Amino acid sequence: MTALLFLAQTLRIAIPYLFAAAGGVLSERAGLIGLTLEGYMLSGAFAAAVGSYYGHSAWLGVLAGIAGGGAMALLYGVSAIRFRADQVVIGIAINLLAIGLTRFFLRLAFGSSSNSPRVAGFGGEQSGTGFLALVSNPMIWLGILAIPAVAWVLYRTPFGLRIRAVGEHPAAAVSVGIPVTRVRYGAVLFSGVLAGLGGVYLVLDQHQFTDQMTAGRGFIALAATIFGRWDPARVGIACLLFAAAETLQIQLQGAQLLPSQFVEMIPYVLTIIALAGVVGRAVPPAALGKVSGE
Amino acid sequence: MTTASPELTQDTSTTEAAAAPLRSSRSRLEEALLPSLVALLVAAIVGDVLILIFGQAPAAVFRLLFEGTWGNSYGFGQVLYKATTLTFTGLSIAFALRAGLFNIGAESQLAAGGFLAAIVGLLLPPGLSWIVTLPVYMAAAALGGGVVGGAAGQLKARFGAHEVITTIMLNFIVLALLSFLTATHLKVPETLHTKELESGALPRLSDFFASFHGSAANVVLVLAMIACVIAWWYLFRTRRGFELRAVGLQPEAAEYGGVKPGAVWTRAMTISGAIAGLGGLNFVLGYKHYYEEGFAGGAGFLGIAVALVGGTHPLGVMLAALLFATISQGGLAVNAMVPKQFVEVLQAVVIIAVAVSVPEVRRLLRIQRTRG
Repeated sequence: MTALLFLAQTLRIAIPYLFAAAGGVLSERAGLIGLTLEGYMLSGAFAAAVGSYYGHSAWLGVLAGIAGGGAMALLYGVSAIRFRADQVVIGIAINLLAIGLTRFFLRLAFGSSSNSPRVAGFGGEQSGTGFLALVSNPMIWLGILAIPAVAWVLYRTPFGLRIRAVGEHPAAAVSVGIPVTRVRYGAVLFSGVLAGLGGVYLVLDQHQFTDQMTAGRGFIALAATIFGRWDPARVGIACLLFAAAETLQIQLQGAQLLPSQFVEMIPYVLTIIALAGVVGRAVPPAALGKVSGE
Repeated sequence: MTTASPELTQDTSTTEAAAAPLRSSRSRLEEALLPSLVALLVAAIVGDVLILIFGQAPAAVFRLLFEGTWGNSYGFGQVLYKATTLTFTGLSIAFALRAGLFNIGAESQLAAGGFLAAIVGLLLPPGLSWIVTLPVYMAAAALGGGVVGGAAGQLKARFGAHEVITTIMLNFIVLALLSFLTATHLKVPETLHTKELESGALPRLSDFFASFHGSAANVVLVLAMIACVIAWWYLFRTRRGFELRAVGLQPEAAEYGGVKPGAVWTRAMTISGAIAGLGGLNFVLGYKHYYEEGFAGGAGFLGIAVALVGGTHPLGVMLAALLFATISQGGLAVNAMVPKQFVEVLQAVVIIAVAVSVPEVRRLLRIQRTRG
C-alpha cells in the first residue's frame, strides 16, 4: 500500500514535468533552446484558470491553457525564427513577460495580487489525494501519454524526421527541400502547447491559480530534457526520477534525512554532471540555438 | 538565407570603399542606438495598451511615473539605489558577453556576494569604521560571486558544458544552498534574515545631501561607477582585455593567435561573477545591514536587459541601469492607478524588442546602404 501511494504521489508530481519536458524535447530537437518552458507553463496555467472560471468548465480551461502556452510559443517563434533574435535573451524575456502578464491580468481578471478564486477542475469537489481521483483525472492520462506521443512523432512520422533533420543539419534539410522555417514553427508551437498543458494540470489539480505557481518546474523539465540527452524515453525516466526524489523527501519529512534544499538541488546537480560528461557525455542537437544556420 | 545577387554585392563594396570612414562611424552609431530607441517606442505602445485596458489615461500614468521617480529627490534616490545593483549585474553580464559568454547566473552570484559579505561582517569586531572594513567586505563579496561564476567558467573550459545551462542550474543550486545555510544556522527566528552587522555600515547619500532623506541610495553607487570605469579600462586598454574580446569574437581565430580560450573563459566568468557579487554590498552594507533571503529579487535577470540595452559597453550599462531602475521605481509610483506589475511587462517587452531589433536594424541598414 505504501508503495502504491508512493507511486501515485510520484506520478502527480511528475505530470507537469512530463508535459513540459515533452515540449522541451520537441523544441530543442528542432534547434530552439527550451529556456521558455517555464513561461509557457505559467501562461498556460493562468489561461486555464481564466477559461475554467469564466467558462465554468474544466475542459474550457484546458482549451484556454493550450491557447495560452501556444501564444507564448508563437511569440518565441516569431522572435527567434523570423527575426533571428538571440534565443537565450528571448527565452529569459519570455519568462519575465509571463510573470508580469499573469500578475497584471490576475489583478484585472480576479482583482487579486496573489491568487484566483476557486475554479472548476476534474473530479469534482471531493477530489482528494486518493487513487480514484488520480485515475479519473484525464490530465493525468494526457500527461502519461505526452512523452510516448512525442517519441512516436519524432521517430515514426515524416514531421519528426524533419524536426530531427532541422535540428541537426539545417543546411542539409534545406537542400532536400524541407521547409525548415515551417518545421521550426510547428515544433515550437507544439512545445508551447505541451508545456502549457503542464500548467493547466497544476491549476485544475489545485483548483486555483496562484502567483508564480509553476515555481521553476519549467527549468526542472529543461534539466530533465538535457539529463535525458534529448531522447524521449530517457527524458521521461529523468522526470520520474526527479519526481520520485521529491516524493521521498516529502514522505521522509519527519525523518530529516536530507534537508529539503538538497533534494531541490538534485535535478540541477545531475544536469551539470551530465553536461560535464562524467558518465556519458550529453551532446545537444548540433544546430541548437543557431537558427540562422541554413 | 538568400545570397545577394552579384551586382548588389559589387555595389556594396564600391559605395563602402568611397565613403568608408564617415559611413562606418555613422552606421555604427545607428546600429548601436536604433534598437534601443525602437525598444522604448514599442514599450511605450505596449504600456499605453495595458494602461488603457485597466481604464486609465496613459498620459496621467506616465506623468505620475515621472514625478515619482525623477520628480522628487526621495524618488530619485530610490532610482539611484536600484540603479546601483543593476549597474553591477548589467556590467557583470556585459563583461561576460564581451568574452562571448552568456552569464545567466548573476542572480545567484549577487546573492552569494551579499551572503559572504554578511558572514564576514558577523565575524568582524563591532564598531570599526567603514573606511577600514570596506576593502574586507569588497573582497568577500567579490569572492562569493567569483567562485560561482568561476565554477561555470571552469565547467566550460574543462568539459565544454554550455555556460547558459550551467549558470541557470547553478542559480538554483546556490540559492538553495544559501537558503539552507540561512535557515539552519544564521537567521533571526521568525525572519528570513541574519543578525544585523555591527561594523562597516556605509553612509547613505542623505548623509551628504539632506534632500535624499529616507531613500536607500548610498556610496556603493560610487563603487558601481568606479567598477564601470575599471571594466572599460580592462576591456579596451589592456592586453588581457584584448584577448578576452578576441575570444569573444572568434575563439578559433584567437587560439590560432596564441590565446587559450579556456583560460580566458574561466577568467572572464570569474571576474563577471565577482562584479555581480560586489552588487550585494548595495543591499547588505548600504541599505539593510544584514543578509536577507531573496534580496536579489530578479536584479540578476534584469541585468541581462541592462547589458543588452547598454550595448555591452560599461558606459551604456550605467545609462541602461538608470532606465530600468526608473521603470522599476515608477511601478511603485503609479500603483494606485494601475497594478505595479505593468512595469514588469514593460521590462520584458524592452528586452524582446531590443533582441529582435538588433539583428533587424543591422539587416535593414545593410539593405539601405547597398541601395544608397
